[in-house]
Amino acid sequence: MSYDVIVIGGGPAGLAAAVAAWDDGCRSICIVERDRELGGILNQCIHNGFGLHHFKEELTGPEYAERFVDLLKQTGVDVKIDAMVLTITPEKEVHIVSKAGGYEILQAKSVVLAMGCRERTRGAIAIPGARCAGIYTAGAAQRYLNIEGYMVGKRVVILGSGDIGLIMARRMTLEGAKVLACVEVLPYSGGLTRNIVQCLNDFDIPLYLSHTITDIQGKGRVERVVVSAVDEKRNPIPGTEMEFDCDTVLLSVGLIPENELSRSAGIEIDPRTQGPVVDEDFMTSIPGVFACGNVVHVHDLVDFVTAESQRAGKAAAAYCRSGSPTSETVLSMKNGDGVGYTVPQHIRLDDVEGSVPVFFRVRAISHDKKIVVRDDEGQIIASFPREHLAPGEMENIKLPRVLLERAHGGLTVSVE
Amino acid sequence: MYDVTIIGCGVIGASIAYTLSQYKLNVLVLERENDVATGTTKANSAIVHAGYDPEPGTLMAKLNVRGCAMMEDLTRRLSVEYKRVGSLVLAFDEADRATLQHIYENGIANGVPGLEMISAEKAREMEPALADTVVAALWAPSAGIVDPWGLCIAEAEVAVRNGVTLKLRSGVSAIRDLGEHYEIETASGTYESRYIVNCAGLWCEDICNMTGGAPFTTTPSRGEYYLLDKSSGNTVSRVIFQCPSKVGKGVLVAPTVHGNLIVGPNAEDIADPFDVSCTAPGLAEVATAARKSVPNVNLRDSIRNFAGVRANTNMSDFMIEPSKTSPRMLQVCGIKSPGLASSPAIAEYAAEQLEAMMGVKFEKNENFVDGRTQVRFRKMSPAEKAELVAKNPLYGRVICRCETITEGEIVDAIHSPIPPCSIDGIKRRAGAGMGRCQGGFCGPRVLEILSRELGLDRKDILQDKDGTIIITGETKTGGAKA
Amino acid sequence: MKELICITCPKGCHLKVDEANDYAVSGNACPRGAVYGRNELLHPVRVVTSTVRLEGGPTPRLNVKTDKPLPKDKMFECMALLDDVTATVPVHVGDVLLANICGTDVNIVAAKSVL
Repeated sequence: MSYDVIVIGGGPAGLAAAVAAWDDGCRSICIVERDRELGGILNQCIHNGFGLHHFKEELTGPEYAERFVDLLKQTGVDVKIDAMVLTITPEKEVHIVSKAGGYEILQAKSVVLAMGCRERTRGAIAIPGARCAGIYTAGAAQRYLNIEGYMVGKRVVILGSGDIGLIMARRMTLEGAKVLACVEVLPYSGGLTRNIVQCLNDFDIPLYLSHTITDIQGKGRVERVVVSAVDEKRNPIPGTEMEFDCDTVLLSVGLIPENELSRSAGIEIDPRTQGPVVDEDFMTSIPGVFACGNVVHVHDLVDFVTAESQRAGKAAAAYCRSGSPTSETVLSMKNGDGVGYTVPQHIRLDDVEGSVPVFFRVRAISHDKKIVVRDDEGQIIASFPREHLAPGEMENIKLPRVLLERAHGGLTVSVE
Repeated sequence: MYDVTIIGCGVIGASIAYTLSQYKLNVLVLERENDVATGTTKANSAIVHAGYDPEPGTLMAKLNVRGCAMMEDLTRRLSVEYKRVGSLVLAFDEADRATLQHIYENGIANGVPGLEMISAEKAREMEPALADTVVAALWAPSAGIVDPWGLCIAEAEVAVRNGVTLKLRSGVSAIRDLGEHYEIETASGTYESRYIVNCAGLWCEDICNMTGGAPFTTTPSRGEYYLLDKSSGNTVSRVIFQCPSKVGKGVLVAPTVHGNLIVGPNAEDIADPFDVSCTAPGLAEVATAARKSVPNVNLRDSIRNFAGVRANTNMSDFMIEPSKTSPRMLQVCGIKSPGLASSPAIAEYAAEQLEAMMGVKFEKNENFVDGRTQVRFRKMSPAEKAELVAKNPLYGRVICRCETITEGEIVDAIHSPIPPCSIDGIKRRAGAGMGRCQGGFCGPRVLEILSRELGLDRKDILQDKDGTIIITGETKTGGAKA
Repeated sequence: MKELICITCPKGCHLKVDEANDYAVSGNACPRGAVYGRNELLHPVRVVTSTVRLEGGPTPRLNVKTDKPLPKDKMFECMALLDDVTATVPVHVGDVLLANICGTDVNIVAAKSVL
């Protein structure tokens, strides 16, 4: 079996990429999705707030997914659900296994990686304490609650102020649990401000910034956690301990792009994003293999996932028609002061039509700053004023080709 | 009336049960928890030590070297993951070099095969990640790594399949020595048995105290660990020790049979043998010590911290002998490191001791069926996978995406001779949830499969031991009204 | 003077609302902020999203939402109503499952199609 474009993952990124590839004229496309339905993690994100940019209205996660599934149904894209990709070879052979189809090897001309991300766990951040039950990643608890209809606890402390944790604070509260505290090690929240207001403040849930959990106690199930203030180096300050009697700890301590398939295919990974190094069309280090959405870098808004994935899907279709881009000028993108990373990591200038959106995150909260793009000679290529910058909110700027053509060497994005 | 009752089903109890199941004996195994392999057996370094540490002439020296030699064949028969990767003990200064020489001589006296003192250059050639500060190393090619709970479960399964009775949730509360036999009171009822084997690990002393007093005292010693993601699994390819000290074999860095990297343990005496908490100072101690051997060990790749408690006693050697106060009870006590490596030899030796105690030579059970097979989808070639899925489509549905564990393997585990009742029970048998997401994605699905296959309500499926409740209730039953 | 953070969009403008001056809003970057600031003090509202029991579907719950924002102080009353709602397959996005709740013109609607 062979396809022009095989999309790995049927979440928001994969759906948008497949539809965009179809709309660009590609007629041989297959989506491989490991879950039992399309839509990915949106299916359990039943809160609203999705689609303000893309659809200009506020939708719930499942509604947002359904809009794209409906679009997909009007195409001839093949869909394999409940199917797991085991391997992608550098030659773009995709090995999949499923209950319905058995073991299949599909040959692609182009592959779009859209596997999304996973949550950081307790082990990833070495929280001390007992090994009792009642400690969940926020996303796992969200699945139990929203899809399966089960409560995972009655008295809850949330570690981390990422958006899923905040959203779960509200969900658990509305379903009858008592959320005692949300604890964030950084001096600012990692979540969107609107979620702090709607999910914590609305229910008088205290947010402890610059605090962390320093002990978890309990025999079978969690019985108590100890929370301490931390200093600038994130070390707990003795004497600041507070105890919370609770039966549940939810972790919302970050997301990690899922790139095991990408790594095994030999794709170059950027240690800053933990996603593939991509160009302005989201092509990875293997020509014809594209990546989009949270597998590239973790987003806060699905609308941006959609926009980025449409670009990747269109480029995958174009690759099937005309092969590798041939640009001779490649501008590398670097992160300067105050910027954590950039996506894309390089721009093939000759292939740019119009302008290139550049996504990044800043390292600290700041006000009334400028985002400045300089070339390797220090020349300012572009500058964008910003009233408010925060690490919890992904930033983006658009660099028009005419400005890029003036650059000597690479580009550096910084906050000044 | 049982001939022999084994108290405790860690790797020692399971090994002895497996060995005794090969004879015409009526054997009972009593385990306090809801599954086998839940104590020290599930939380240790998973190393098959070569046998150079124990003092020559001790039982420990003899059984360690013999156990290590038996491991390869045993694990192949029982389909348990094992790799003979060898171990290096590092010296960082002249004092260490002297220690190294001492354990080298121990090893030679103990009959450890292939031991070799090597230069720092040679060591770094073998393991490029080693620190520049290494001055010499001891190379022991016979050391290995094993799946410790897998070994215990496999031995217990084969024992049960061959007629051994296993009673879970059967903590022993009293033992009455009635002269000809014992009455053993447990949480699941009272059992009668002619002989007892005490291999209750951390609780051996308590069992001794039920039959006239313990000749030793137990000092539970906790060790904390990091388990690193598979992306760090190739940091080293052999077990890397530092020179042993009085408190233990020190912090090691080693690959695991599952492809991860294990880093630890420290050693801390604790009062409560159930206390498997990790602590910030303990983990920091492990991190510092590990970096001494392997400076670039990437602890950011950690997927799990855990702690195990060693059954240390005031005895320097293993104790495998009849109780002085109750002579039909075989004490298998003080089994600290290298207990796992020694376990097959301990079982062999314990069986000989029992024969001596009973004054008989055990008769072979001619119906005994050895061996066990286990499907491991992830280890198969594409052609084998295709064939397997064609035969049974359940092997085509991947449930644990990090470790590529299929529904078929999970269902196999549930219908194995010792059916697990918890998500961690599935993890220990099939490997689901062992990976980098630590069951975040597959946990709810494993719970669903357990509930379906066992006919239990989802709320009754546990994470691990009794009391480790996962689901506390349903939504839409009036929660918001309350 | 009351200080608020606008939740209309992810930007999170810090608003000042002057109760003494007919709830005049400052600090807003767009007109929606002025509306939000005024409403938030006079009659705050929220969209409620939750689930109801689902019969005949692949999962035991269907996710639902209020089709308009509901007065904030009615959120728990709304949640209690959902305890007694059972949807049956087929259900389409937007299907009204409970009309005019809590004495308002707000409806509970399906937020997913299950066919």
